Amino acid sequence: MSINPDVSRRTLLRRAAAAGLLAVPAAGLLSACAGSEPSQSNEAGGTKNKDNPFGIKDGSAVKVVIFNGGLGDAWAKEDKVVFNAKHANVTVNMSSTQKIKTEEQPKMATQPSDLVMNSGADMMDISTLVNEGAIEPLDDLLTAPAWDSEGTVADTLLPGTVEDGTFQGKFYVVNVAYTVWGNWYNGALFSKEGWEAPKTFDEFFALAPKIKAKGIAPYVHDAVHGYYPRWALMATIWKSAGKQAVVDIDNLKENAWKADGVLPALQAWEKLVKDKLLLPGKLDHTQSQQAWLDGKAAFIQVGTWLKNEMSATIPPGFEMKLSDYWGLGASDKAPKDVFAGAGEGLVVPSKAPNKAAAKEFLRAALSKSGSAKFAELTKSLASTKGSGDNVQDTSLTTANELMKNAPKDLIKTKFFDFYADLDKESQNLSEELMAGRLTAQQFVDKMQAAADKVAKDSSIKKQTRTA
Amino acid sequence: MRHGVARFVTGFLALPVALYLFYVVWPFAQAAGYSLTSWGGYSDNQEFVGLDNYVRLLSDELIRKAFWHNVFFLVTVPLFTIGLALFLAFLLNVGGREDRAGIRGVFGSGVYKVIFFFPQVLSLVVISVMWQQIYRSDSQGLINGLLIKIGLVDADNPIAFTADPEPFLGVPAVLWWLLLIAVWSGAGFYMVLFSAAMQSIPKDIYEAAILDGAGRFHTFFRVTLPLLRDTISVAWVYLGFIALDMYALVFVMTPSQGGPNHASEIFASVLNFTAFQKGQFGYACAMGVALAIFTILLAAAQLRITRRERIEY
Repeated sequence: MSINPDVSRRTLLRRAAAAGLLAVPAAGLLSACAGSEPSQSNEAGGTKNKDNPFGIKDGSAVKVVIFNGGLGDAWAKEDKVVFNAKHANVTVNMSSTQKIKTEEQPKMATQPSDLVMNSGADMMDISTLVNEGAIEPLDDLLTAPAWDSEGTVADTLLPGTVEDGTFQGKFYVVNVAYTVWGNWYNGALFSKEGWEAPKTFDEFFALAPKIKAKGIAPYVHDAVHGYYPRWALMATIWKSAGKQAVVDIDNLKENAWKADGVLPALQAWEKLVKDKLLLPGKLDHTQSQQAWLDGKAAFIQVGTWLKNEMSATIPPGFEMKLSDYWGLGASDKAPKDVFAGAGEGLVVPSKAPNKAAAKEFLRAALSKSGSAKFAELTKSLASTKGSGDNVQDTSLTTANELMKNAPKDLIKTKFFDFYADLDKESQNLSEELMAGRLTAQQFVDKMQAAADKVAKDSSIKKQTRTA
Repeated sequence: MRHGVARFVTGFLALPVALYLFYVVWPFAQAAGYSLTSWGGYSDNQEFVGLDNYVRLLSDELIRKAFWHNVFFLVTVPLFTIGLALFLAFLLNVGGREDRAGIRGVFGSGVYKVIFFFPQVLSLVVISVMWQQIYRSDSQGLINGLLIKIGLVDADNPIAFTADPEPFLGVPAVLWWLLLIAVWSGAGFYMVLFSAAMQSIPKDIYEAAILDGAGRFHTFFRVTLPLLRDTISVAWVYLGFIALDMYALVFVMTPSQGGPNHASEIFASVLNFTAFQKGQFGYACAMGVALAIFTILLAAAQLRITRRERIEY
């Protein structure tokens, strides 16, 4: 889920070409990759057993592409070690990149890699991959025996992991990282000043003047990538209006954005902006996170990859602590629900030459030993239960704490995974609201209009969410 | 003998032409083909839809917005770049004082030439990273930091630069800030181009003009400009292409690649979104083809309008 908007020279040039000096090259590049003959598969052939449930062939090779973002790629190399412990004669060709779509999309229709970690700013659109049949359903992975514990793979996963990878009734995406979102603060600063981390917006608005008096901005946000503030807005909407309201929004139900509780949730954010509680300036994610680390702002909202992403510049004595998103108070329908879920999804392309080994690699990655290494290296929870039990770290323990007290329902929004148009619109409007150019009422009206437009557009394939 | 020459020429040309056909012309043709389908980009499933994509293009609001932003660049990028380049080239070549050595540029023009040309040497990424720091919208930004220090800008309300969609002269501010970068990075190259053209103008024409009592103003508008007509017209066409692209700057410099809230959306950014985010490669190809046709028409029109009788010297 972590992002690196920096663009390498090569990619930029390719993009520049794709967009076209004459735009003619654009049309050319877009097309250059389609319609060729699919590659020959060297699938399976090995014997299936408990230690080799997918029947991978000795001596075969599997190509794994890892997204090298906020979590780095060191954990994946550990998974390779775990994998090779059982399959010494299978070669894992691992590479990592930040440009998943740029590098992998052109190969999807012809000769894709066997396992692709589809993540980051440059990820392939998941609903498109599913609709086009470009990725493989992985339901047999869930029912396969767990790598190094009792039961099946599904038994070892944290709640939400299977749901998060399921599209149109089938399990497609293995999300390896378990992320918890919320408001971060510096524990050391708060205990020094005697401040209490707020639980509701009202408590925050009461605390804000005290923070301001110390010359600190109460809040800082990413003003470049609209999906950052959108997490916070959707979390507040969920807490205030309840789960059903968000499910209705995801299902494009009529007047879903006008449901009770949606508008007040957004008005809390509107007030935060109007009261000038934001750090001035239009910073991006790392700039805003650094400003927070530098003590210019008291709160920032982001997920648990934060620690790993900023590890190089955390000042000594800084105590990263995670607290739950704020609700509105007594009127909240789901005040205790936590925004968490499995992210950083790995997919197996339908035309991958060695799908069996790709699935086996996933089984290894979800193992006890693999996931413990993951938590240790990334300071972020893995989707496998108990991955963080032996890691000492305030950000990880506060996240753990939050998960322990969380009800079974996790805050989850789907519409932006379902529909690219709504994704773009909601990102843009979130930034407009945070910039003070939009009121909460206008936000609701515009989102409703955009949702209605998608609902009416017959060229867009509709998806529904039940839970 | 003649036959031998033909064979010789063909021998040399065959490979480049083949490469050109395969890597340039064939993809163009493919793109035109895909633009008639509803291909999603990730599969072999390509359904023929005729001209549907083109019809849809005409009623697409986002495309219309992007089109006008491209038109803005189409007008302003050549105008400001050529204007600035001409001004600099004139000062560097004939703007100085005349003496016994004849007409020359202003003092130190050799050094200025290098400085002005410098942006051309930098890669786009270096330029973008540099301007991101210049445009950074808090007190750590180069411009904001300076203006906040001397009190011209309020620290609580710094300039937002490329995150600012508010209109200035009817055009979103973000587009003006992008224009500044484009002109800055382009002017140096065209200055060198015009310098070369100016140096090929015989000095005696200038000397005659000066003897007749023409000042710098008149020399420029009555002598230099008319004699540079051809070069300027070519520069105009090149800059027109650049203005219709602008993708790299928009992609790197603006929030949500075309934001805030579509304020800097251009043809290429919509095309990118449609193809790679929405997974509508067929429709995106139609956009590319439409833009190509528009570009070719524009270039043809421009060269025709500016065509005139040549002055031989």
